[in-house]
Amino acid sequence: MPAISMKVNGQAVCGEVEGRTLLVEFIREKIGLTGTHVGCDTSQCGACVVLVNGKAVKSCTALAVAHDGAEVITVEGLAADGKLHPMQEAFKDNHGLQCGFCTPGMVIASIDMVNRLGKNLSEETIRHELEGNICRCTGYHNIVAAVKAGAANM
Amino acid sequence: MENFNYHRPASVDDAVKAAKAHPEAKYMSGGQTLIPAMKQGLAAPSDIIDLGALKNSGVSLGSSLVIKAGTTHAEVASNADVKKAIPALAGLAANIGDPHVRHKGTIGGSIANNDPAADYPSACLGLGATIHTNARKIAADDFFTGLFSTALEEGEVVTAVEFPLPKKAGYAKFPNPASRYAMIGVFVADTGSGARAAVTGAGHGVFRAKEIEGALAKGFSAASLNGVKVGTDNVAGDLHASAEYRAHLITVMAKRAVDAAK
Repeated sequence: MPAISMKVNGQAVCGEVEGRTLLVEFIREKIGLTGTHVGCDTSQCGACVVLVNGKAVKSCTALAVAHDGAEVITVEGLAADGKLHPMQEAFKDNHGLQCGFCTPGMVIASIDMVNRLGKNLSEETIRHELEGNICRCTGYHNIVAAVKAGAANM
Repeated sequence: MENFNYHRPASVDDAVKAAKAHPEAKYMSGGQTLIPAMKQGLAAPSDIIDLGALKNSGVSLGSSLVIKAGTTHAEVASNADVKKAIPALAGLAANIGDPHVRHKGTIGGSIANNDPAADYPSACLGLGATIHTNARKIAADDFFTGLFSTALEEGEVVTAVEFPLPKKAGYAKFPNPASRYAMIGVFVADTGSGARAAVTGAGHGVFRAKEIEGALAKGFSAASLNGVKVGTDNVAGDLHASAEYRAHLITVMAKRAVDAAK
């Protein structure tokens, strides 16, 4: 089995993987970071979104072996010095979650959105950009409000 | 997912060698279609030849627009030369899948797969692009040969897509509300030597709509398409839409594409 190494949330990690090991399996099962979720088996829901070399990708639709040497940020890597990331804080303040299962992917996708498009996001832009993240609880209203508020505070 | 042997060649030549050595191998570019297909058991290649290490991405604009095969949808959507030369192509790329898919999926992967509801094949056919491979150049008119099939030979790999610069071009799609794939997408171009109109999402693979092209030849405007009916010869029906409904959508989307053309 090939051995790979990555930097996950700033820490060097390594492990052996099969060709078919998905990035999300490596993150959850090898490294034990279970904040990144698997919500579907069809690459649609976005619960597994992480930042790879600064860009949001679906870790369920990426081979771990192809990411040897990558820098990965998961939801566990966002808070610093005991303080939530502004986007996490905004999801909390705006009730941008109910069951919370989609939230790690939502938060990472939202940070990626701000990184690409800036802090001043219209509701229309936010809704369009969240096309790859599905929530079955909230009806999205409070998620959109959270992203808008979180973006402004980033 | 079935396991496979993983290869990560550093050159096109090595990729082709690996493919020739392993007849059941598949090339993988962004993997945004292939990995889901493998997870569902719809594909189980013995070997994956990952083209990611080729670093074959980028755009160059001269008398034509050349996009290297490994360029992601996100890169095409945000590239200044693409936006300037063929804004419809940048707009098309910006609406493939979702942001996360666009960070991974590539133009070469999309056209080599030739999904009957993919967006890029319609742009290639609508603009009269030329597909560059490791071995030759293939006109888009000859490249797309039907449902998930292309003129690529065993082991042949797409290296770039070359788009001639149109006077104007536009794209409009009616996305399936659930999958967001095109129920019908129409790419129109006023090439300077005639109008072209390519349709995706109709079920059997991308094709040129002669009825639309004939009407636009009389004047590249939405008004030219009033009353134009497209037959159901190339159109399939399924649980999402009947063939007649899709055929009707072709004219509707063609009008929107012409209206949006820049």
